[in-house]
Amino acid sequence: MPEFTSDLVMHEVVGPLTTAEAREEALRCYYCYDAPCIRGCPTAIDIPVFIKHIATGHLLGAARTILDANPLGATCARICPTEALCEGACVRGQDSRPVAIGRLQRTATDAAMAGEVPDLPEFATAGHGRVAVVGAGPSGLSAASYLRRLGYEVDVFEERPAGGGLDTYGIVSFREPVAVSLWEVERAAKMGVQFHYGVRAGRDVSWDALREGWDAVVLAVGLGRVPRLGIGGEELPGVYDALELVEASKTGPLEAIRLFGTVAVVGAGNTAVDAATLAKRLGADRVIILYRRGEEAMPAYAYEYAFAKQEGIEYRWWTRPLAITGASRVEGIRVVSTRPASGQARSDRQAQLEDVADSVQDIPVSAVIRAVGQEKPGQIWSALGVLVREGRVVVDSETFETSLTGVYAIGDGLARPGEATVVQGVADGKRCAFAVHHRLTTGRED
Amino acid sequence: MADLSVNFAGIKSPNPFWLASGPLTNTGYQVAKAFDEGWGGAVWKTVGEPVVNVSSRLGGLDYGGRRMMGLNNIELISDRSLEDNLREIAQVKRRFPDQAVVVSVMVESRPEAWADVLHQIEDTGADGVEMNFGCPHGMSERGMGSIIGQVPDYTCQITGYAKSFTKLPVIVKLTPNVTDIRNPARSAVLGGADALSLINTINSVMGIDLDTWRPLPHVDGRGSHGGYCGPAVKPIALHMVSSIAQDEGVGVPISGIGGIETWRDAVEFLLLGASTVQVCTAAMHYGFRIVREMTDGLNDYLNARGMARVGELTGGALNRLGDWNDLNLSYQVVARIDQQKCVGCNLCYIACDDGGHQCIDLIPGQKVPLVREADCVGCNLCSLVCPVPGCIDMVPIETGRPAKTWRGLA
Ligand SMILES: Cc1cc2nc3c(=O)[nH]c(=O)nc-3n(C[C@H](O)[C@H](O)[C@H](O)COP(=O)(O)OP(=O)(O)OC[C@H]3O[C@@H](n4cnc5c(N)ncnc54)[C@H](O)[C@@H]3O)c2cc1C
Ligand SMILES: Cc1cc2nc3c(=O)[nH]c(=O)nc-3n(C[C@H](O)[C@H](O)[C@H](O)COP(=O)(O)O)c2cc1C
Ligand code: SF4
Repeated sequence: MPEFTSDLVMHEVVGPLTTAEAREEALRCYYCYDAPCIRGCPTAIDIPVFIKHIATGHLLGAARTILDANPLGATCARICPTEALCEGACVRGQDSRPVAIGRLQRTATDAAMAGEVPDLPEFATAGHGRVAVVGAGPSGLSAASYLRRLGYEVDVFEERPAGGGLDTYGIVSFREPVAVSLWEVERAAKMGVQFHYGVRAGRDVSWDALREGWDAVVLAVGLGRVPRLGIGGEELPGVYDALELVEASKTGPLEAIRLFGTVAVVGAGNTAVDAATLAKRLGADRVIILYRRGEEAMPAYAYEYAFAKQEGIEYRWWTRPLAITGASRVEGIRVVSTRPASGQARSDRQAQLEDVADSVQDIPVSAVIRAVGQEKPGQIWSALGVLVREGRVVVDSETFETSLTGVYAIGDGLARPGEATVVQGVADGKRCAFAVHHRLTTGRED
Repeated sequence: MADLSVNFAGIKSPNPFWLASGPLTNTGYQVAKAFDEGWGGAVWKTVGEPVVNVSSRLGGLDYGGRRMMGLNNIELISDRSLEDNLREIAQVKRRFPDQAVVVSVMVESRPEAWADVLHQIEDTGADGVEMNFGCPHGMSERGMGSIIGQVPDYTCQITGYAKSFTKLPVIVKLTPNVTDIRNPARSAVLGGADALSLINTINSVMGIDLDTWRPLPHVDGRGSHGGYCGPAVKPIALHMVSSIAQDEGVGVPISGIGGIETWRDAVEFLLLGASTVQVCTAAMHYGFRIVREMTDGLNDYLNARGMARVGELTGGALNRLGDWNDLNLSYQVVARIDQQKCVGCNLCYIACDDGGHQCIDLIPGQKVPLVREADCVGCNLCSLVCPVPGCIDMVPIETGRPAKTWRGLA
């Protein structure tokens, strides 16, 4: 297990609710029937019930309700885009403001992390057999936990030295401390899930061996690195992949990655916000986010954008990088102004763009961070020989089974359109576990 | 400015808000402070033979994050000496000639005991006495308090003693711990009571601590039943006040007590027959200052309705309260959900389906549940559970049936 030091130096931006705040907030819940918030949660946590538990001072019951439905409830409490999920659906948004479901969830899971760990209800049916899970990120952990609860022997193969996937390596510590993610991994281990770290499937254990040695194989491999921008100067020292930068900030000494002066971030999604706010903490005086479209088309959530503004991050809309310049390290970034091609809407994220004539400009910067999405895990699909369409692995929408019988794929690796989230990966893992169980107990897929 | 002053069985006070006998009226310091804040009267903490009070004494019932929706106590009467009490009563009365000072009293059921204490009270210049026939704990185990109030003959007899020994107006404070409040009320009037006050506290056990299994409150690990009061008891008090206000055999002024916290609560008591009100728990909770909102609110209410005197409210709604037998069986209301206001919580649906008459449907893909009006019995439950004010209305519908009552049918 590597050393994670970042929790000590980077403090969480959002703090816990006080006991009194939590109680008051819990009492704001109407305890809706067939509650819209539950439908807003991909893992369908019984939100009114856990909130009622908090209102009655029974945090253990609240944590049980949450963790029964979502083994990554502690992570989700911190980083779920709740305004687009449960809180967006909360009826109190209509007559007041939504109940702070995420922060209440944190109250309950914090109590669990502090030692009041609930036992979880047993499932009525039990299967037996062995299932291999590749990847110990949120979706893999979820699948493994449910399969274990369903009675299976579960082996998780993870190429990194620790579990948690992006929760551990990719989410900035000031939004989620590493300790939270590692606690979730530890819980799965305590349930009896076997973790095999430093093992890369397809290299250290062959795909065939997995398919032959285990009754089912669940692929929860996530996405890859940030793709190249494909412009000159990308090799210069001072150019970073956002994910590598975040990872370095969590696993290494911060002194090793000191930033200074003005830093440019390319891309305007949630990763860009994380990279930009991290850059500030790593020493940058000024951070500018460059986005080739306008504010109207920005993919980051409203609360992320608000956070960036609050942290003093600057935005330059309709700006496309042409080249990174510098003699022996980054000294500037050359950009050009863009606009939607005629007849295209400014707010359309797919709109064709054209450069504005004579608008090339050099911005002096000391570093450039690439934050333009993640690569799809193409080689894994081709090595396995599963059906792929438009670069995306094809899975059954109910069971997550690929074109290979007994091989399933879940989580970010599916590269669904739209923002990838932890909670979606957890929901996939849960549904997939029950589908595997169904298959292994009935031999049928329906 | 409406006239808030009252003359209650000969006791004058600048407004109808009195402090009830209890911890608020234990000392001259408190009562003087209360009068400075604007209370119209105060019923002194019950005086009598010296007692020893226990520690602890109070238990609270919280609800929905609000403290003390109900309060219970195992406190006895004043544990200060009679002399101290009487001296302070005299001092307060001298300083506040316009405010009503009423002395609550409870002694053994011997005529000499009552004669003695009443003469001493008269000497203080107090405006009246209130006979505490209501304390449900402790004193009742010694043949006083609610043990008198629960036996109509005793009530009549002891009230008679009091009347024969004093010219001061005598208020009899009734215990609610009886099956029909009209019986002790009639007996008190028969014994000569000039006025009645009610309710005293209700027998209750507040709860048990889940960790220690000690009762709440406890005294060295043991508990005892105590008297329950506070906002939770208001409906019980309103019923009792109205039923004696309507009773032919009563016919004396009533001081309404029980769960009064705001001017709105007070107006309800007045409309159901009270001419003054007494407050205990609410002032114990928030302090004497609450009387300011109470007088302001009452004054504005009277002004808004063009009423000159608070007395005009007394009994104003009594004619609307009566036997079930006189309710119009042809009247029909149905629930209507406001499409704009509904937030889609479905609480009305589940309440009606499980605890009502199964006449609200959830429509797939639609936020607002649908009431099948033809099946709605008009019970009100959905409108009571709906969290959004004014969202579910109970609307009268034309049935075409002529008005009829059970009594009319019989
Ligand atoms: C910067 C950033 C910020 C984010 N912020 C949020 C947020 O605020 N809220 C939110 O909900 N989501 C956020 N996300 C998305 C979220 O992190 C992902 O949706 C989630 O982690 C997906 O889980 P996963 O298990 O599918 O993949 P991952 O978390 O990527 O885990 C995949 C795991 O599989 C392992 N692996 C891959 N290939 C192999 C192999 N061949 N053999 C063995 N192991 C392998 C990897 O090492 C990794 O541990 C963010 C993502 C990023 C990059
Ligand atoms: C702690 C406490 C002590 C009380 N002591 C007396 C008392 O000595 N004599 C009495 O007549 N009533 C006593 N009462 C009853 C109150 O006067 C009043 O009737 C009752 O509390 C209901 O009013 P409320 O709901 O406004 O509190 C006491 C109430 C409390 C809470
Ligand atoms: S929608 Fe809001 S009010 Fe309704 S149950 Fe969920 S959290 Fe509570």
